[in-house]
Amino acid sequence: MSEIETTFVKAVNGSLARAMRADDRVIVLGEDVAEGGPYTATAGLAEEFGSERVLNTPISEGAVCGVAIGAAQAGLVPVIEIMYIDFLTLALDQLVNQAAKAHFMSGGQLTVPLVLRTQGGSGSRSGAQHSQSLEAWLAHVPGLKVVMPSCAADAAGLFESAIADPNPVVFVEHKALYFRHERVSEPPAPVAIGRAAIVRPGRDLTIIATSRMVGEAVDAAERLVEDGIDAEVIDPRTLVPLDIDTLGESVRRTGRCVIAHEAVAAAGFGAELCARVQSAAFECLEAPIERIGAPFTPVPVSPPLEDAHRPGAEEIYAAAVGAMEWDKPEPVAAR
Amino acid sequence: MCRIRCFEERVAQLKRSLQVHGLIHLSIGGEGVAAGVCSQLRDDDAVYSGHRAHGHAIAKGAPLGPLMAELMGRADGLCRGLGGSMHIVDAAHGFLGATGVVGGNIPLALGNAVAARLRGTDQITVVFFGDGAVQAGHFHESVNLAALWELPVILVCENNGFAEFTPRSAHTPIERVSDAVAPYGFERATVDGGDAAAVWAAFGEFLAIAREGRGPMLLECLTHRRRGHYEGDAEQYRDPLADEEWTRSDPVARLRERMLAEGWIEAAGIAAVQAAASADVDESVEFARASPFPEPELTAELVYAG
Repeated sequence: MSEIETTFVKAVNGSLARAMRADDRVIVLGEDVAEGGPYTATAGLAEEFGSERVLNTPISEGAVCGVAIGAAQAGLVPVIEIMYIDFLTLALDQLVNQAAKAHFMSGGQLTVPLVLRTQGGSGSRSGAQHSQSLEAWLAHVPGLKVVMPSCAADAAGLFESAIADPNPVVFVEHKALYFRHERVSEPPAPVAIGRAAIVRPGRDLTIIATSRMVGEAVDAAERLVEDGIDAEVIDPRTLVPLDIDTLGESVRRTGRCVIAHEAVAAAGFGAELCARVQSAAFECLEAPIERIGAPFTPVPVSPPLEDAHRPGAEEIYAAAVGAMEWDKPEPVAAR
Repeated sequence: MCRIRCFEERVAQLKRSLQVHGLIHLSIGGEGVAAGVCSQLRDDDAVYSGHRAHGHAIAKGAPLGPLMAELMGRADGLCRGLGGSMHIVDAAHGFLGATGVVGGNIPLALGNAVAARLRGTDQITVVFFGDGAVQAGHFHESVNLAALWELPVILVCENNGFAEFTPRSAHTPIERVSDAVAPYGFERATVDGGDAAAVWAAFGEFLAIAREGRGPMLLECLTHRRRGHYEGDAEQYRDPLADEEWTRSDPVARLRERMLAEGWIEAAGIAAVQAAASADVDESVEFARASPFPEPELTAELVYAG
């Protein structure tokens, strides 16, 4: 095994090609996939595997998702690309009502081994219909698995597991992570679905962050060192199924927890994390669990407004300091 | 056709006595379509259906006992009691599923055809839906894709003139469903769905084309939905002339009369077929009643495969 320099999107591209070489049941379908797509994630696949296995589709997200489900039920392993997670709304009927429930409703007769790749997130000045983080909707549906890698190595490792999984797996990428240079092992190390990663070990407080916010959390942790605070940063990597054991163990050890995601904080996946962590570590908590997320507005397009809307290291740092300095108030006297 | 009719009439009774659960949409009036299509298919041909699916499942080979047990929510149901009337699946006979979301099954059928083509088999895919599905977005997206990819899929629309409680004319200016696919270059036909022989003949021609890997095709069958949208529907929207129309369109009665007139069968033969159907349905009810309800643990077990 060697180490190579790559990017997140190249890791996704390489994983797709590897999966297609290894198993001729794997097909790729979506808008512009034969042209590589807007972020080059599928570049070169049509040339190597042909138009029978790399199906360029019209702008028909609902039907295309349904085609992938029908093909999966018939024994193929389709990888469907929904170009922006914002457009997943058009395919949700198929994903939620068909893919997620087919195994269950058929009493186990049918399986839907498909991977739905999509990307979300803000920062590209693209406005409210091309910048959302909608993963919480998906995590709310029994029958779907939801993975959200934050680095190239995890993208490659999780993709391999997603392809091997007999269930529909939604693979949520972040456009702002695509072109960062990273070093990864070659061939990639597999990453099991449902296993969190301790990205930075620490003693004083646990920061649970997803996708782009993992890097922001690491930045915040570096700054916290200057204040004498040793923060642990954990990336769940998979939202469903959630590795609550690793998260709970960390918070039981540190006693303090900050949760950070880019999605709107209200009813976001952070609320689920907060509830699960407090159940797993309640008696060890030294301060309330803090949640960092975007304000309850659509993503604005004007650069200073979008920058202000996007949560980042600054907000995580402030919440971490707040959690460390939190003083338990005196109990209110009973009447 | 007699088995479907007898089964559905029994389901209606069992629904009234609360032994069959949930929303029940009966296929009485559609027997000629189910039989005319499915009796020409192989087990490895895939069939998808909508919410009014009992007849299609039976015609494709679903055993009556496990089907009835499914409607009664029992452990020995086709789907172990987790699917129910609107989500019947019998994979062993290629009945890959009913769906409760109108039009949601059409793209799945296309995916099945994509898989068949990639595997290089001559297996074909049929999807049944009602005329109400034609106004749904999935229909139009799927029709375009099927035509673009020239998939060996046969769309069978049962046009009974009603989308739930509302006549077709109130939902669309397009009277004939076959006209809705005309610009896409589909092979298409409209037949009297009450005439099982006409359905058989028209579908047979399409089937021969699909077996060669060509398509897509749309067969529109004009039918009369004898029952309400669902069992218990007050049917206040129905024309009082519906009874008279039924006597002209009843596919079981029409086939019986034709068979007798042509001398294909004698009255005693008809009686024997009906008696056998009735006995099969009696047996299915006994099978279902003898089956226990599923264990509660099953719910969590079947959310994920593997």
